[in-house]
Amino acid sequence: MRPLTRKLWRDVLAQRGPAAAIALVIGSGIALYVLMVSCFWSLERTRETYYERYRFADVFARLERAPQRLEREIAAIPGVARVRTRVVRDVALDVPDLEEAATARMISIPARRRPMLCDVFLRAGRYVEPGETDEVLVSEEFAAAHGLGPGDTIHAVIGGSRRPLRIVGLALTPEYVYTIRPGDVLPDSRRFAIVFMERRRLAAALSMEGGFNDVVLRLSPTADRKEVIRRLDDLLEPYGGRGAIPRRLQMSHWYLENELDGLRKFGRTIPVVFLVVAAFLLHVVMSRLVSVQREQIAQLKAIGYSNRDLALHYAGWSLVVAALGAAFGLAAGAWFGAKMTSMYAEFFHFPLLEYHLPPRVIVEALAVGAAAALLGGQAAVRRAVRLPPAEAMRPEPPRVYRRSVLERAGLGGWLSPATRITVRSLERTLGRTTITVFGISAGAALLIGGTFTLDGMDAMLDLQFNVAQRYDALVTFYLPASPRAIEEIAGLPGVIRAEGFRTVAARFRHRHRLRHGVLTGLEPGARLRQIVSSRGRRVPLPARGVLMSAKLAEVLGIRPGEALEVEVLEGRRPRLRLPVAGLVDEPLGTEVYISRDELHALLDEPRVLSGAHVLLDAAGAPRFHRRLKNTPMVAGVVLSEAAIRSFEDTLERTVGIVRTFNVMFAVIIAFGVVYNAARISLAERARDLATLRVIGFRRREIAEILLGELAIVTLLAIPFGLAGGWLMAWIVVRAYDTELFRMPLVILPRTYATAVIAVLVAAVLSGAAVRRKLQRLDLIAVLKTRE
Amino acid sequence: MTARQPSDTNSAANATGSVPVFRVRGLTKVYRMGEVPVHALRGVDLDVAEREFIVILGPSGSGKSTLLNILGGLDVPTEGRVFYREQELTRASERELTAYRRHAVGFVFQFYNLIPSLTARENVELVTDITERPMDPDDALRLVGLGERLDHFPAQLSGGEQQRVAIARAIAKNPDVLLCDEPTGALDISTGIVVLEALERINREIGTTTMIITHNAAIASMADRVLRLADGRIAEVIVNADRRPARELSW
Repeated sequence: MRPLTRKLWRDVLAQRGPAAAIALVIGSGIALYVLMVSCFWSLERTRETYYERYRFADVFARLERAPQRLEREIAAIPGVARVRTRVVRDVALDVPDLEEAATARMISIPARRRPMLCDVFLRAGRYVEPGETDEVLVSEEFAAAHGLGPGDTIHAVIGGSRRPLRIVGLALTPEYVYTIRPGDVLPDSRRFAIVFMERRRLAAALSMEGGFNDVVLRLSPTADRKEVIRRLDDLLEPYGGRGAIPRRLQMSHWYLENELDGLRKFGRTIPVVFLVVAAFLLHVVMSRLVSVQREQIAQLKAIGYSNRDLALHYAGWSLVVAALGAAFGLAAGAWFGAKMTSMYAEFFHFPLLEYHLPPRVIVEALAVGAAAALLGGQAAVRRAVRLPPAEAMRPEPPRVYRRSVLERAGLGGWLSPATRITVRSLERTLGRTTITVFGISAGAALLIGGTFTLDGMDAMLDLQFNVAQRYDALVTFYLPASPRAIEEIAGLPGVIRAEGFRTVAARFRHRHRLRHGVLTGLEPGARLRQIVSSRGRRVPLPARGVLMSAKLAEVLGIRPGEALEVEVLEGRRPRLRLPVAGLVDEPLGTEVYISRDELHALLDEPRVLSGAHVLLDAAGAPRFHRRLKNTPMVAGVVLSEAAIRSFEDTLERTVGIVRTFNVMFAVIIAFGVVYNAARISLAERARDLATLRVIGFRRREIAEILLGELAIVTLLAIPFGLAGGWLMAWIVVRAYDTELFRMPLVILPRTYATAVIAVLVAAVLSGAAVRRKLQRLDLIAVLKTRE
Repeated sequence: MTARQPSDTNSAANATGSVPVFRVRGLTKVYRMGEVPVHALRGVDLDVAEREFIVILGPSGSGKSTLLNILGGLDVPTEGRVFYREQELTRASERELTAYRRHAVGFVFQFYNLIPSLTARENVELVTDITERPMDPDDALRLVGLGERLDHFPAQLSGGEQQRVAIARAIAKNPDVLLCDEPTGALDISTGIVVLEALERINREIGTTTMIITHNAAIASMADRVLRLADGRIAEVIVNADRRPARELSW
């Protein structure tokens, strides 16, 4: 080993405390990067493979009913590569271990297994076969939630009659990687099943023989997607087409894309904070190293080592630290990444979600770590290079101090000499103090930014389920029901109150922008379903015109007072121009509300109902569900309470992991910063502190001087950390502002408190570590040497 | 020059007729410098009388600083006993040694060791804040001739001035003993004499027992007694009948 290399290792070893602390901070940044980016690639690669092998479609359309011969016309649209027509219908499902009815999305499959668009992956059992009973494939997560498997039987109310369905296989399909029941805001695998049934049987049960009500397309690579959709819509319009949508707007795909987008965004931003802090720490520690080794540098130059040798030597110090950090970061990132990826399997249903860490990510992580190290070290390296040997042999000129701001402001009388030492040195090293304050506050901010989502989620759920949706059950009908239906429901056992509503599928358009959705007609006096802004404000239904989600208005580029084009996609399919009476910034979805009276008038129909919101008394609820389970006209019952509970369970499990990462990394960053600050001041002040000990100061008293400095810096950093945390939360909220949901910017005091406590714990730990060094301060050695 | 036995040293101290401030018996100190044991002190016996002004001479490595550090409670011997008046320092705990330094001892070092972030007066206040019957800091600084430069920071003072601040800091607690390790080592002649005058004045006016380590034999003539150390032992003791004033020294 060359002597300089040996010196490098020994220097690192001598400074192992600060080196380890900085390596941990770099490592945390790299770990977060590897974690998020590898999760991204794992999901992305899995998704791509799945979509490709199981032929996920490019265009999706629903309609009322079209004859089978239309399939050939659809196939003839230029750009269409493949067509699959299907019969799809949501029906009520009776599973033994569930009090209320679940919803099954019945999807037709061919009698013989053959490759098709939106194919099924068979996890267990076999494909359906013709025979006496109806055989079905059931989505894996639903079966798992109920402990069902091949051989079990469930009952569905299909086309007005209750039919036993024999499960022969458990299946997955790329169309439902993320499953969410229509009308639900949260996934609930206990209450929503995808059920595949042989086409002729399903069609017969639904009186759809010789027809279809759903079509999916694969496009050729050169196809003009918009044009295909336009022509498909034209073809389907006479058959009650509900408007075709591209893959981008397909629900499951959309959620998945949203998540991937988040990983991509945060995977590239959050780690930067760590690396910037690490670079600052390196800058501080290396500057100190170079100034302590001034005379050594001069000696080396005098002996004949070149500037390049010295530059490499000192840059080497930061690279060794970065390499240590990278090793830790890669290991931690890969470990947490694998954990997080398997956590994703709870939300996203893939045949196989394999953790994948592309070599590229490793290379990028290493490059970023090295860049941070070199950036942090470059000022110190340049100083080492620039030092003329003769000058460097002389000791550094004495440090110049002056009275601090506090004292110049006339508050000096309040300060003891010991406090003055602290205040003046903080002020003299203002740059370093600033870096320390910045670093600590970054720790607190990251902690808040990383954990507030639970607060936002809680607030959102609370708003949604305790203020906006105060019903216990949402009952939907297959076909619009007569106004009398509401009285029947109100008369069911356990019902306290029932309120009817009317919804129609519609296409909303403003200029060239377009979205598919639902126009919801509510009673102005409705109590069980209210329209509430994300700040909790109730918004009344306008007497005329629509009240629409602010997000949808943003997407369509429409403002209040302008006219919204509404193409109703049911019944007589009127095209309406409705004034936008107001906007409401709801946290979920992109709803358009209208008063029920106006909707009936516009549709030129009697006061029919699409469904009802029902308030139940707890005691009567079981009887209500038993009665409804076998009511043919009811398509499904959505329970608010159950949805929240099942979602919160999942959140507990998954968010817990994410919280752990965040808290851990935030504590590391805070610890790294405080510890380094403490070590540097200990090194710079060893002489002062030894002098004080000689004069007769007790150990506790000098510890107070040193730790007092840390305390001041830490306390100074806390308000900045809290403000920074708010800012990070704001950025996260902006990043997740999508049409699916918008998280409200809610940060509870407990989140702020956690961040403060974590920072204080980190400060106390580093204080304790430095205090141990202080105990071993060698008074004589310090005083005998010239500074 | 007369060489005497250590027992004679005792009687010499007693001859001045006062209670000894320090009683040192069989003091031995062995350091480990890496693998090599270094015998810094090899059985030193010494009595120091009240108000005495002692100069310790000797080459590097003769054990001067080790002796002073042990007397000052900064270091502990390997063997032997040290009494400060009634208190046995060699049995004192770390806490007791700190209290001893805090109330009884004033130190002056070659490299001043001022706190750079505190002014001259504040450096002195550092001491007066924590002791029981301190001087007024301004008085202490006036005593060393720095009444005009109270509010200057160390970086704004010359070497001699800094050393005088260090002396003011050491005496401001009204210490029983003043221990100075090469106080003029980093200073030129004229500045060094100003510093020595300050020490002399304090010894004369306040009666502080003073021990000074130096390489500079010229300083010896201002002492009551001169100890010459060699190889960890007191090789020679010289008692000056007449002390020369510092002003008249030259080297």
